[in-house]
Amino acid sequence: MLKINNLQVKVDDAQIIKGLNLHVKPGEIHAIMGPNGSGKSTLSYTLGGRDGYDVTGGDILFEGTSILDLDPSERAVLGIFLGFQYPVEIPGVTTMTFLKTAVNAVRKGRGMEELDAVNFLKLVRQKAKELGIEEEMLKRSVNTGFSGGEKKRNEILQMSLLEPRMAILDETDSGLDIDALKVVANGVNDMRDPDHAIVVITHYQRLLDYIEPDFVHILSRGKIVRSGDKALAQELETDGYDSVIAKAA
Amino acid sequence: MSKTLVQEQEQLSDEAREVMDTVDSAVGKAYKYGFSTDIEMEMAPKGLNEDIIRLISAKKEEPQWMLDWRLEAYKIWQEMEEPDWAKVKYPPIDYQEAYYYAAPKNMKEKPKSLDEVDPELLRTYEKLGIPLKEQEVLAGVAVDAVFDSVSVATTFKSKLEEVGVIFCSMSEAIKNHPDLVKKYLGSVVPQADNFFAALNSAVFTDGSFVYVPKGVRCPMELSTYFRINAQNTGQFERTLIIVEEGSYVSYLEGCTAPMRDEHQLHAAVVELVALDDAEIRYATVQNWYPGDENGKGGIYNFVTKRGACRGKRSKISWTQVETGSAVTWKYPSCILQGDYSVGEFYSVAITNNRQQADTGTKMIHIGKNTSSKIISKGISAGKSDNTYRGLVKILPGAQNARNFTQCDSMLIGDKCGAHTVPYITSKNPTAVIEHEATTSRISENQLFYAMQRGLSEEEALGLIVNGFCKQVLQILPMEFAVEAQKLVSISLEGSVG
Repeated sequence: MLKINNLQVKVDDAQIIKGLNLHVKPGEIHAIMGPNGSGKSTLSYTLGGRDGYDVTGGDILFEGTSILDLDPSERAVLGIFLGFQYPVEIPGVTTMTFLKTAVNAVRKGRGMEELDAVNFLKLVRQKAKELGIEEEMLKRSVNTGFSGGEKKRNEILQMSLLEPRMAILDETDSGLDIDALKVVANGVNDMRDPDHAIVVITHYQRLLDYIEPDFVHILSRGKIVRSGDKALAQELETDGYDSVIAKAA
Repeated sequence: MSKTLVQEQEQLSDEAREVMDTVDSAVGKAYKYGFSTDIEMEMAPKGLNEDIIRLISAKKEEPQWMLDWRLEAYKIWQEMEEPDWAKVKYPPIDYQEAYYYAAPKNMKEKPKSLDEVDPELLRTYEKLGIPLKEQEVLAGVAVDAVFDSVSVATTFKSKLEEVGVIFCSMSEAIKNHPDLVKKYLGSVVPQADNFFAALNSAVFTDGSFVYVPKGVRCPMELSTYFRINAQNTGQFERTLIIVEEGSYVSYLEGCTAPMRDEHQLHAAVVELVALDDAEIRYATVQNWYPGDENGKGGIYNFVTKRGACRGKRSKISWTQVETGSAVTWKYPSCILQGDYSVGEFYSVAITNNRQQADTGTKMIHIGKNTSSKIISKGISAGKSDNTYRGLVKILPGAQNARNFTQCDSMLIGDKCGAHTVPYITSKNPTAVIEHEATTSRISENQLFYAMQRGLSEEEALGLIVNGFCKQVLQILPMEFAVEAQKLVSISLEGSVG
């Protein structure tokens, strides 16, 4: 599904990603772990197609085709979803309006019929209920004045509504209490099936207690230095990044 | 009384919000009102002199007092200098090069019913989205349609007459309600008020007249749709709204013009009078042709709008969505004379390409316990310049006056300008004046976030800017909120990427 070949990324003239390789097949959950400054967020923004994240070498293939020339909305239509570490506030735009605009933009891009107000409302109410989201939250401006937990639930709600093929979740666990963490993990686990892939980017092993990865990769200084199964995450928890990365070198 | 009005207003805003919540962001293309209507016109000779003014007055079959008033204004105007203090630049206007009267030929006699209106004119308004047939118009909205220098139709007149509300063109009001016109015309904006107001007083051609008698809540939204069509022609409309004791009216005006390479002048005067416990809500959606991306063509919109809160506890609220015009010079104001009177100004001004806008308000506090509120949202894109200019003046007798001002500016791109010029004068120590101002660049974070969810760059921009303007857009009458929202998105097209 996703093939990253020898990826090199510059941000403000600094080389952040320096030859990264990753191969994600449908049905797999990959965890990318790394210390601060290793390039985790840069990787997720680059996959999303953000301005200012310049790919200076290598390629990103999604279902066999390079996505480097696609803008973020075109990637979203293809089925790439990025869960933000810091979901962005959009004052004055209700969450409901935002969700409806997004769902219909993606449906239109995928050649599907747009949902009318009634059907959309039905869909969003059902999904919100599953995620334990109060309807009152949907009437507030996007992420504005949301608690950390509400913001992350909102990300998972969007993921569930936009029906991506692949979700990249950037530090989705940060700032969550245990209940919110479980809600987020349930949302992710619901997506787990042979057709979908999930990339979880995280600093701590904690989230992986709830979302069991098939593969764990250690990112350091812009490269994946070690890969393994979930045992690698446990090793990290016990020994710490320095030791694990040192062993890889 | 005023409490129920407030509650109803809140309720209306809630409904508007719901409508806005369900609407999708609009993506149109360019200026969609740029077509022109091919219709035989009767034009006065080019240029401006006493004879032209006599001719306009004669065309409208005006009484002598009206002609005298015009000629007096013309004398005053000739002595005046064009103001140059606004932050706008345009080449000198040759007032002798324009036409001051243009009317569809078959409008010599104002049609008595829509059946008599030229079908070409009806088609024009239909194309503009303003059907004039009563069974087709938005429920609950009466429309006065002004085409160049004349009013072509006013809908729902008889229904309004049933409750005593007069809604007609200014020309008709001069003929049929001379006492009201004599009493109030020029009482808020005198002939000598400023250069453009003096010019308007001399040559004004049509506009709307509204009179709401004592104790009547006007049962429908009133609106005027101004259309400039003829080439090289100025539009000088004059609107007068009088609301008697304890009455209420909500009024909306819309404006469009064809795309033409030369600039055209629009110099209007609007006067509002609110007596004891009266309330006037006046909204404008201004979408005159803004010129092309290089600043060629477009309307010069030099307008004087002022409301007098003469009565105790009276209230005047201005809402404007300004997206059109090459140059805008406009400061809808409130004279808060009556004790406990309230003035409000809600504004969204969007400039793109080479547009220039210098707009804001004046709140003059004279009476005791008067209060005013100013919410201004300026959005500049392209190579445009957008200035908020506002005056809050507290006179010595205005005990316990209150003002709150919030001015927010948003910049899109790095070649545009946003300026905030507040003037505050307080002659009474009990006054409380608050002023908040922010300037921000459109956030790349927000754009990326929305695009990652599938919105195109223009959809994302439209959504974010609409959110930025929401405080103002939600004040608009529900029927127009959706339209205004689309307009906000459309006027920013081509400003990113």
